[in-house]
Amino acid sequence: MKIYLEKTNEYKDVEASTVKELLAKLKINPTTVIVIKNNELVSEDDKVSNKDEIKLLSVISGG
Amino acid sequence: MVCKNCQERPVIKLTNSNIYLCKNCFIKYFEKKVKKTISDYKLIEKNDNIIIATSGGKDSTSLLYLLKKILKGRKDIKIIAIAIDEGIHNYRDKSLEFLKIFCQEHEVELKIFSYKEEFGKSLDEILKTYKGIPCSICGVLRRYLLNKKSKELKATKLATGHNLDDEAQSIVMNYFKNNIKISARLGPITGIKKDEKFIPRIKPLYFLTEKEVTAYAFLKGFMDKFNECPNSPYSYRGQIRDMLNDFEAKYPGTKHSIIMSFLELLPVLKENYRNNLHAINYCVSCSEPCSQKECKTCKYIKTVIKL
Ligand code: SF4
Ligand SMILES: [Zn+2]
Ligand SMILES: [Zn+2]
Repeated sequence: MKIYLEKTNEYKDVEASTVKELLAKLKINPTTVIVIKNNELVSEDDKVSNKDEIKLLSVISGG
Repeated sequence: MVCKNCQERPVIKLTNSNIYLCKNCFIKYFEKKVKKTISDYKLIEKNDNIIIATSGGKDSTSLLYLLKKILKGRKDIKIIAIAIDEGIHNYRDKSLEFLKIFCQEHEVELKIFSYKEEFGKSLDEILKTYKGIPCSICGVLRRYLLNKKSKELKATKLATGHNLDDEAQSIVMNYFKNNIKISARLGPITGIKKDEKFIPRIKPLYFLTEKEVTAYAFLKGFMDKFNECPNSPYSYRGQIRDMLNDFEAKYPGTKHSIIMSFLELLPVLKENYRNNLHAINYCVSCSEPCSQKECKTCKYIKTVIKL
C-alpha cells in the first residue's frame, strides 16, 4: 500500500497488516511519528489494509 | 485494543506505559497533566502578567490554547503572545502566518519582533557569512530578544512550549558537554525571582512528550503539517534527540527516567550553584543580564552580524 511521508514529502510502497509492522518495514522509529489513517490518528496496534489512506507526520519541529 | 477508560477505539499508546487512550480520554489526560504541572510547581500566581513565547509550531500553539482555556475567568491574570521572527525563508514566514490567524481566532494579543529589525539582519542573511552552527547563534539571539521584550512588556512570567523531549535533550547535552552548571537553570520553573532583569520562565508542557504534544495538536485540529527548521538537523541537539529516540524505542521510558532523575538532583544543583546563579553581571554594552562583561548577543552583533 502507498504511505505518504509528510516530512520528506514522498510516497513509499509497503505491505503490512498493522501500523507497527508498517513502521518497522519503513525503518521508522515509532516515537518520531504519529500515524494518520483515513484522516484519523491511530495507535501502533491498529490494523491497516490496501484500502486505507495512510499518512505519517513527523513529531519533530525543532525551533 | 480499547481505551483504558471507556472502551472506545484508542488513538494513542502512552509513551512510558502500556496504556491506550481514545481521543476524548487522551485530550483529558493531556489537559489534566498541564494543570497538574501548573499547580504542583506553582507556575502561575495571582496577578501574573504572562508572556507566551510562540512560534506557530505545535508546542507553543498548544500551550497558548491551553493557558487561555485554563485561565479563562481569571480577571487578575493577563496573557500576551510574543513571537520572534528569525527570518528563515520558507519556514518561519509560514508558521507566523498561521500564528497570526490563530491568535486572531482565539483573541490573544500577538507581538512579533524580528532579527532584521532588532539586529539589522535576518538569520538567513547572518548565515551567509557566519559559518558556525546556526542554532548556536540563533538560540542566543532569540533568548536575548525574548527576555528583553518580556521585560519591556512588564511580564512576570515567560511561558515556553518546552516539552519533555526538549528538556531531556538539554539535560543530556549539558552532561555531555560538562555544563552541569547550566542544568541548574532547567526544570519546570526557572529564573531568579529577586532579579527584575531576568523574568522567571515556566514550562507547563514539561511532562508531556513531543509525540503527545503532536498528537494533541493534531486532534485539536490546530494543524496537520508540522514543519522542521531547515537548520535543525545540523545541530548537536538534533543528534542527541535522535540518540534518545533510538534508546526510547529500545527501552521505553528512557526519556521519562532522564527527567525524573534530573528533578531529584535539581535541588542539589540549585543549592550548589546558588551563589553562582545570583552573581549575575550586566552587559557593559546593553545592560542585559549575562555571565561575562559583555553579553553573547552584543559580541555577535559586533563580530558576525556587522560584517
Ligand atoms: S532550529 Fe536552530 S536555526 Fe532553526 S529556529 Fe531553532 S535555533 Fe534557530
Ligand atoms: Zn476513552
Ligand atoms: Zn549586551
